[in-house]
Amino acid sequence: MNDTVGIVIVSHSKDIAKGTADMVRQMVGNEVKVAFCGGNPDGGLGTDVPLIIDAINSAWSSKGVAILVDLGGAETNSEMAVEMLEAERRDLVVVCNAPIVEGAVMAATEAAGGSSLAQVKAVAEELSGG
Amino acid sequence: MSLQPETFKTLVKVAAERVIASAPELTSLDQAIGDGDHGTNMKRGFEAVLNKLDAISSLPFDEALKTIGKTLVMTVGGASGPLYGSFFLAAGEALSHSRQLPDDLAEIFGSGVTAVSARGRSQAGEKTMLDVLIPVLETLKAGAGQPNLIERVRSTAVEAVERTAPMQATKGRASFLGTRSVGHVDPGARSSCVLVQAVCASLEGRQ
Repeated sequence: MNDTVGIVIVSHSKDIAKGTADMVRQMVGNEVKVAFCGGNPDGGLGTDVPLIIDAINSAWSSKGVAILVDLGGAETNSEMAVEMLEAERRDLVVVCNAPIVEGAVMAATEAAGGSSLAQVKAVAEELSGG
Repeated sequence: MSLQPETFKTLVKVAAERVIASAPELTSLDQAIGDGDHGTNMKRGFEAVLNKLDAISSLPFDEALKTIGKTLVMTVGGASGPLYGSFFLAAGEALSHSRQLPDDLAEIFGSGVTAVSARGRSQAGEKTMLDVLIPVLETLKAGAGQPNLIERVRSTAVEAVERTAPMQATKGRASFLGTRSVGHVDPGARSSCVLVQAVCASLEGRQ
């Protein structure tokens, strides 16, 4: 099987992250690597940089990883997590400006077809008009 | 400026303890215009800093600041983690690898402020922590070498927090409230002020 872009879902809520991942799986099965995380380091609502880094590494693909986020802190913490990756991985991870559920499903569907990271990101971001 | 390792250790300890003590106030401010987690997030981050206090205070200043930054990034759990984390990471980056602080702190502080602005894609006047950090930077620039600098920095920070109340938030979760964010002090501006005041108090030897 050719490698496909991996998908990471980062929500403030672990339930939303897991539910979104379930919806992605329903569309693409196991063709695409999907990882998710949600919750702050104490398990409350929030996001956690070490967990995001783990999720990126677990969804890792030679074609890169697209991250879908919900609200502000999820985006800021995801960008921070990307910067803390090893230098050679950093350029292969993008945070998509897209709604988390729709974006994740669209991105994963596009990724399953073998598209590049840039194509996957573009398709997800069509949902937010750019 | 010569800063002894013990003085630096006290400074970090006082700053962390004051942030932790201000957690209920920060949470209450954040409940008014945000998601209400700023106090608990900052508390978690600075408790992690306190846990590493001995290790941090044994490092050269640049490494110490970067360790504080990385600790906040990894433990805060909200946007304030990368924002404050980036401040300390950039400030550490701007320092030479030594135990001496330069006389002009404005340059180091300015590196931190620039990093916060880039991380949050935010500018002055958007009802954020930058609305305290930028005025403090201006005071540092204007008052370098003057005897009452610490007092001026402190009053700048306190006045700057109050000036966030009439602002309408255009960044962060408070921006969802539109005009309803007006009339509330920004929690991030307040936590920045707590940190600035703690550093001022430490440098004066008053805690």
